[in-house]
Amino acid sequence: MSRPTAEGADVGAPGSGTGTVAADGSEGPLTPAAATAASASAASGQPPMLRARGVRKSFGSLEVLKGIDMDVGTGEVVVLLGPSGSGKSTFLRCINHLEAPDGGSIRVAGELIGYREHKGRVHHLRPREVTRQRRDIGMVFQHFNLFPHQTVLQNVIEAPVGVRRRPKAEAQERAHELLRRVGLSEKAGSYPRQLSGGQQQRVAIARALAMQPKLMLFDEPTSALDPELVGEVLETMRDLVRDGLTMVVVTHEIAFAREAADRVVFMDEGRVLESGPPSVLDRPSNPRTQAFLKRFL
Amino acid sequence: MATAHPQATKRDDPEEGSEKAAASGSAGHADVDVAGAAPVRHPLRWLAIAVLAVLGAQLCHFLFTNPNFEWETVGSYFTAEIIGKGILTTIELTVIAMVIGIVLGVLIAVGRMSANPVLRAVCGAYVWFFRGVPVLVQLVFWYNMSALLPRISLGIPFGPEFMSGQTNHLITPLIAAILGFGLNEAAYMAEIVRGGLLGVDPGQTEASDALGMTRARSLRRIVLPQAMRFIVPPTGSQVINQLKATSLVSVIALSDLLYTVQSIYNRTFETIPLLLVACLWYLVMTSVLYVGQSFIERYYARGATRNAPQSFWAFALFKRRVPAPAASRQDQEPDPKESA
Repeated sequence: MSRPTAEGADVGAPGSGTGTVAADGSEGPLTPAAATAASASAASGQPPMLRARGVRKSFGSLEVLKGIDMDVGTGEVVVLLGPSGSGKSTFLRCINHLEAPDGGSIRVAGELIGYREHKGRVHHLRPREVTRQRRDIGMVFQHFNLFPHQTVLQNVIEAPVGVRRRPKAEAQERAHELLRRVGLSEKAGSYPRQLSGGQQQRVAIARALAMQPKLMLFDEPTSALDPELVGEVLETMRDLVRDGLTMVVVTHEIAFAREAADRVVFMDEGRVLESGPPSVLDRPSNPRTQAFLKRFL
Repeated sequence: MATAHPQATKRDDPEEGSEKAAASGSAGHADVDVAGAAPVRHPLRWLAIAVLAVLGAQLCHFLFTNPNFEWETVGSYFTAEIIGKGILTTIELTVIAMVIGIVLGVLIAVGRMSANPVLRAVCGAYVWFFRGVPVLVQLVFWYNMSALLPRISLGIPFGPEFMSGQTNHLITPLIAAILGFGLNEAAYMAEIVRGGLLGVDPGQTEASDALGMTRARSLRRIVLPQAMRFIVPPTGSQVINQLKATSLVSVIALSDLLYTVQSIYNRTFETIPLLLVACLWYLVMTSVLYVGQSFIERYYARGATRNAPQSFWAFALFKRRVPAPAASRQDQEPDPKESA
């Protein structure tokens, strides 16, 4: 994993070990993986890009997240793997507060997401303040969620112009640049429904990048695509990895995890089972991780 | 079972099929070309056309030979100035009621879907009340407001008042009609708009949330424009309903189209021809609305299909033959000329 990253926060590099994360928080305040990330960022004197501690979330009586700890350093690429229903997507959606966690805390670049601390108490943020926090966190959805009534170009400039108040000409120029980067410069005037799934997802990536996010979240970006369209989206994502963008990716693409991730994290039943460099994929220590990976080999 | 059995064996017999295939294949000819296929015959359709032609002829005969229609009278009143004034009042009332209804309706719909429970309750109560009371009763109520409140004043509750006036001066029949229709329409529009907003994929809101848009901005730029596709068709019906419902103002002596013709035939006893004048004008107005609606629908359908937008006349004349924009995802544009 030699790629230019800021501050060299290469947390998941081989040698940091494949520590199995404690299943419940009672065994220790910091899991091995979290500890290495914390020390790495402490060395560089900056908070990690993402720092999650004991994140819990329930839907009714169903406890989906049972205390997730995770650190992602600046420039790091973390792939979340695990069977469906393991809570990967819910955790991802907690990071930009699309879901409000019931417990624990999530910090992005040191800032507590969705809450604020005041005189030793924690308060909910107003929706408008959450909105401001989300501007620095890009998200790509499984079903693209492009705005169908707007052209590709309008989709990409909507948030920079309407949210960041960039001049329209400047936003358009940057949008064309981004569309060129995802290989769709000639589709700027098309409507999303006129594009293939793979093209739509690449537009969605360009739309998220247009806000110049510090952190990008990918929620199963290739799961809704025909097999022959998966490659073009993964290629676009690899391009972002090469640029040193901090990414958290929920996916079932083991091959992508192997080649692009700095660290892979296995989740099951709302807990982190195992975490480590991509080499973990070849010799998983947890029996449930082994069972999960067996299906892909 | 007994009857089905021979058929089943026939279908299941693989040899027969393959022999036929082999026969046509071995003949060495090119396979059939479906380009010249004969269309399916529709003899019942022709029968229906014949029946309708007879009925139509009968209707024409009735319309032209029955002297009670008094077509000359219809003609002379059709463009009369006083009728024109009534039409203007009808249009004025419809437009004002719809503007109030749409603006207030959108606000109430958004309020009903708000996270704020107080706002939700207030907006819910509004819809419950104004949809629950007949619009005719509401009209008469506003008209007789002075019996309940002789004076209307503006000021601090239980404190000093800044301005006040006689209710009878403030609430003229026109104002009573505008209030009655506008507030009633808002309740119905709120439900139509709410239905439209609910019809938009929640992923759209999520995507705008994730991009850091405020709720208001996401509603205005993303959700409402998409909801318009679901809102416009029922709103078109609402406008037409409202246009016709304005005829209720005859009970509060406001000179709309119907009240005008009534006041004429009460003097001249030309009841049927004057009612015909009103019918024809209502039909003219609703036809204009119908065409206008299809323009608006086409505008909000942009991006909804993979097809290029159709020409207006193709759309207006063959509307029912084209698949609904929401459902249609086929690459082929149905040719209206062919289907006609």
